[in-house]
Amino acid sequence: MGVAIDVQGLTKSFGSQLIWNDVTLTLPAGEISVMLGPSGTGKSVFLKTLVGLLKPDKGSIVINGADLVTLKEHDLYEVRKLFGVLFQDGALFGSMNLFDNVAFPLREHTKKTESEIRKISLEKMELVGLQGAEDKLPGEISGGMRKRAGLARALVLDPEILLIDEPDSGLDPVRTSYINQLFIDLNAQIDATFLIVTHDINTARTVPDNIGLLYHKHLAMFGPREMLLSSEEPVVRQFLNAQTVGPIGMSEEKDADELAAEAASGQQLPPLPPIAPQLGTSNGEPRRGERPAGEWCRANGVIPPPGSFQGPHTSVQVPERTLDQRPELDVGASLDHGAAS
Amino acid sequence: MNVLVSPLKQAGAFFALFLDVMRALPKRPFQTKEFIQQCWFIASVTIVPTALVSIPFGAVIALQLGTLTRQLGAQSFTGAASVLAVVREASPIVTALLVAGAGGSAICADLGSRKIREEIDAMEVLGISPIQRLVVPRVLACMLVAVLLNGLVSVVGVAGGYFFNVVIQGGTPGAYLASFTALAQLADLWTSEIKALLFGLVAAVVASYKGLTAGGGPKGVGDAVNQSVVITFMLLFVINFVVSAIYFQVVPQKV
Ligand SMILES: Nc1ncnc2c1ncn2[C@@H]1O[C@H](COP(=O)(O)OP(=O)(O)O)[C@@H](O)[C@H]1O
Ligand SMILES: [Mg+2]
Repeated sequence: MGVAIDVQGLTKSFGSQLIWNDVTLTLPAGEISVMLGPSGTGKSVFLKTLVGLLKPDKGSIVINGADLVTLKEHDLYEVRKLFGVLFQDGALFGSMNLFDNVAFPLREHTKKTESEIRKISLEKMELVGLQGAEDKLPGEISGGMRKRAGLARALVLDPEILLIDEPDSGLDPVRTSYINQLFIDLNAQIDATFLIVTHDINTARTVPDNIGLLYHKHLAMFGPREMLLSSEEPVVRQFLNAQTVGPIGMSEEKDADELAAEAASGQQLPPLPPIAPQLGTSNGEPRRGERPAGEWCRANGVIPPPGSFQGPHTSVQVPERTLDQRPELDVGASLDHGAAS
Repeated sequence: MNVLVSPLKQAGAFFALFLDVMRALPKRPFQTKEFIQQCWFIASVTIVPTALVSIPFGAVIALQLGTLTRQLGAQSFTGAASVLAVVREASPIVTALLVAGAGGSAICADLGSRKIREEIDAMEVLGISPIQRLVVPRVLACMLVAVLLNGLVSVVGVAGGYFFNVVIQGGTPGAYLASFTALAQLADLWTSEIKALLFGLVAAVVASYKGLTAGGGPKGVGDAVNQSVVITFMLLFVINFVVSAIYFQVVPQKV
């Protein structure tokens, strides 16, 4: 059913280089959270710390009552079985074909027969639209397919927590929409806790239930989607709206002089854009973690920007049986399942 | 400060990996398939260059010794001296060169590229120890191949020496062969193989360490390979010296 991750006072540095300091947040069970941040702010490091691949300097990460930071190696391997992780480029094993990659965790950790393994693996590959590509090697396929294969592999052990590193990097906007829709539908199906790390603002605005922003070596804000999207806090508002006016500059941060000059020149922050409706499941059924549009704003007396939550409760329309027919550069043309015409 | 601390830290981390490998050695299931694949892979990148290096190496030794023994008037010992030189020193050195330069660099490049593709991280997240799964079979394979290579170099080197001495320099075959056992003894061969075993171990662990700690993209892997070869060379030559020194202390020599 998904488990919560409770992060308290987490600090990480490499040698003398501080990555982030005192990060405290709770990823609510079964909900989708997005961690946003400019490149190089340590989003990937955060994700790897959450699975215990990197040891933080301070703080705790509590899952099901166990603190990951102090766990022994053996117990850590146990806790990791709760996780599915999709790394930035899929992290497939280069020497195995896609099917063996997806079947790998089942072969390692279960006593299932080969035919059961085959059934589950093919099911997950179909879920991400990869049927017919079982025999391809990771080196022969496009980045988008590698990501989806990595996702299928992360899913075979029915994880309670799914961590996803930049699903949208290197994908065109259309495929980004497809993969985002896939996350929403997956979350509805498996109820796992999702954490998506990204710097894609569009993903952050429409997909998650919660948003966090890592900026300047700390967690600037974490909370429900509507809280951040209606926030007047300069950093949050600048990043979520991709504006040049604000504290974030081309380099790490604008220096004080520049900020003062900006203030003196009376430059006005542009008004907040309307909050887009959240992406819905493709079959229209609500997810467990989904909250009605505008609920947070009403509960907290915040007036959302005019025009918010307008438009239908959208989802990318992925018609039945077409996941597998999505165009793909490398193999799409050769995959013909007969149902296309 | 940093100049001192950083190499010490590296040495510490290297030693930690070494201990991890030792601890993972008895763990089941043993990765037989990976072990065999790695043996084949390491052998395939080292055998041909080894043979090609050891022929001229044996010839040079035969040439030097042939001339030297004639100058000293000890032609009858040409065979004995060349066997001794080849088995005791030349073949471990050639093995070290090839194990570090070809075997170690291949291991390091392989693990390094897996590291930067995050395959290693993925493996750990899937609850599988990369040390047990990847490093242990490579270390064992490298040790086995090193021992075999050392044997190969000895044979090819001695054969090269024979060819050079008998065919080119016109020595007598009988005298060459008969003098084999005059100075050399079985302990020489054992020592030589023990050296090779240690070379394989150290080369594989250094290469694995460098590969698993590679970072910073493809260039990082290149740097890691480079450093791994240089470090391995230095360590192997030190080990070669130490084992030889111990050998002369422990094993009584023929007179
Ligand atoms: N294993 C590591 N050793 C040292 N520095 C690292 C390591 N991993 C990441 N870093 C540094 O941490 C910073 C944040 O990296 P990363 O988490 O990849 O950023 P991003 O937010 O773009 O994912 C970078 O400056 C990077 O150089
Ligand atoms: Mg990253």
